[in-house]
Amino acid sequence: MNINRLLLASASASVIAAPLAAQTEIEFWHAFTGRLGELVAAQVEDFNESQSDYTVTATHKGNYSETLNAGIAAFRAGEQPDILMVFEVGTATMMAAEGAINPVYEVMENAGADFDPDAFIGSVKGYYTTSEGNMLSLPFNSSTPVLWVNRDALSDAGIDPDTDLSTWENVGTVLDQLKDAGSDCPLTTAWQSWIHLENLSAYHDVPFATKENGFGGFDTELAFNDDAQVAHIEAMGKWADEGKFIYAGRRNEGGANFRAGECALFTESSAGYAGIKDEATFEFDVRPLPYWSSLVDAPQNTIIGGASLWVMAGQDEAEYEGVATFLNYLSSPEVQAQWHQDTGYLPITTAAADLTREQGFYEENPGTDVAVIQMTTNAPTANSKGLRLGNFDQIRTIIDEELEAVWAGDKDAQSALDSAASRGNELLRRFEQANR
Amino acid sequence: MEKRVTFKGIWLPLLLVLPQIVITAVFFFYPAGQAIWQSLFIPDPFGLSMRFVGLGNFEYLLGNPYYRASFVTTAVFSTLVTVVSMGVALYLAVLADRLIKGSGVYRTLLIWPYAVAPAVAGVLWLFMFNTRVGVVTWYLGLLGYDWNHVLNGDEAMGLVVVASSWGRISYNFLFFLAGLQAIPKSVIEAAAIDGARFWTRFRTIVFPLLSPTTFFLLVVNIVYAFFETFGVIHTITAGGPQQATTILVYKVYSDGFVGQDLGSSAAQSVILLFIVGLLTIVQFKFIERRVHY
Repeated sequence: MNINRLLLASASASVIAAPLAAQTEIEFWHAFTGRLGELVAAQVEDFNESQSDYTVTATHKGNYSETLNAGIAAFRAGEQPDILMVFEVGTATMMAAEGAINPVYEVMENAGADFDPDAFIGSVKGYYTTSEGNMLSLPFNSSTPVLWVNRDALSDAGIDPDTDLSTWENVGTVLDQLKDAGSDCPLTTAWQSWIHLENLSAYHDVPFATKENGFGGFDTELAFNDDAQVAHIEAMGKWADEGKFIYAGRRNEGGANFRAGECALFTESSAGYAGIKDEATFEFDVRPLPYWSSLVDAPQNTIIGGASLWVMAGQDEAEYEGVATFLNYLSSPEVQAQWHQDTGYLPITTAAADLTREQGFYEENPGTDVAVIQMTTNAPTANSKGLRLGNFDQIRTIIDEELEAVWAGDKDAQSALDSAASRGNELLRRFEQANR
Repeated sequence: MEKRVTFKGIWLPLLLVLPQIVITAVFFFYPAGQAIWQSLFIPDPFGLSMRFVGLGNFEYLLGNPYYRASFVTTAVFSTLVTVVSMGVALYLAVLADRLIKGSGVYRTLLIWPYAVAPAVAGVLWLFMFNTRVGVVTWYLGLLGYDWNHVLNGDEAMGLVVVASSWGRISYNFLFFLAGLQAIPKSVIEAAAIDGARFWTRFRTIVFPLLSPTTFFLLVVNIVYAFFETFGVIHTITAGGPQQATTILVYKVYSDGFVGQDLGSSAAQSVILLFIVGLLTIVQFKFIERRVHY
């Protein structure tokens, strides 16, 4: 009786298993929850339905840092996924791990996939491409900082909501007016290091670090304690002291204040769009990130944040073919255009941007193309194609600490940035030692 | 005459203690040994290569003024957490001990916070003290006090101490109450008849008789403050503002799991191991002498 059942069970199992075995399974670890998680799941499902050779299994592994850790731990145990999502500050770590990754350009080449790295927007591609022009990871979700404006707050303070906010000088004047009108929070920010140092440097075409911001080698040194950055942090420090710039936290804590209508101006990623559109009960506006007209006549371009997809080493050839197919699917204009419109992340290929324009999305949602224009107007320079620094997550923490000292009035801008640079350089040297 | 079981030979007793030895070796000695071994290297995150640096990691750490400052932060933090959580627990236990009616309800309610996970406790306190929407912040604002733990290091320290102590008070309360109830009533009554008032009785009789409990809690709470408050700090301040709440354990986490610097992280674990060992020796050598069992 029992044996019969067992036989029956195994027989039926093999019947079910047979067609499944033909499909190669591809594991994809990502860091998205909530709405973004749902959107990724939908992309994966669409891909699985669109063909029958491969099945992609997407798994959420925590936030960006946790996902990277999970990938590293899995690699050490020989259980790594095929595709791992890594945030932009982890780029140098992944690049240095030559034995642990399969560069995307090689995966595409070996699979004979039709893949054109030039289809990607220059400033997106540059971040994940070597100095020799080889694309190491596939850009996926990329965003760039912009200025979010609460139009109602400006009107209430008797300021024309269409006033020119393209320069920090103009923003300064508006902050004065807002403060005089009794605003508790004229300006707040998210991701202070990313926006007010990393992007500030790129936007004004000054180096953040030597050796082309680290693209030229591990022996790079931080250079953000120079005049332009010091002038900006000094101005921000003064605004903080006068109650015009309200510091809310190291990550995007300021977002809650802006969405609740408490803050008039907010520097945040273009990907803040989904949340702001969802929650804001006031009229809002997206403007390009301001620049200092005293420093440059016109701004360069901003750099990206977000994540890219890395292909891990040590899998079968068949799996890599599946990976190439899946990555090609993800960067197709239709998928990217939809992703861009749903989330506020940048359309990472020119085709996706064109498609979005053709579909009339920018006309229906004015301001959503600000980030795209800001990124693509100028070809990136050595100072504005991105950052490639080891231990960068921790260097950001150091920058956060030192900036907090400025906002609290404990340090002046110059000494805080000097200290951040020398502390950060120590970490760069550690990284250099570990990857010699 | 002593009642002691003696075994013949060595194999049976060895077999009987073997499970304990195996558990200790596998779960304590092996990882500790690994940490010591790794602290001599700078490995890359993926384990592809390791560079032997001898005591280089320790040199790097101890030469870093921010790491040294973290010792002071840890000392301040652990002292405050231990004093606050034990002090409040003792006060509540003394009150509960004197209750005649409703002590069961009172005790049960006091034990509840212990069931709340540290990270959750952190989030709860963070909500109350949120600089923009927190209830407590709002009331403090009415009193004219501008609470801002995001930029004020002392306020941040105060907040993580309160949040870490809160759940711990329940635990300490349980032990103190049990300790108080174990003190023979006759001794206290005799003192009362002799004319000793409550405070005198507490100082000369109750507190000394409670000392084994107090000592035990002291050891346990210091270990707690050193190692288990990570969740609270991670959720409330992430070590900030500046480095005001970066305690040693938090630095181990951020170097190891954020920075992927496993060499430095291992070296820090070894230093922590050493400190806690030292603290325990000090406690048993000097403080335990004052304990009356």
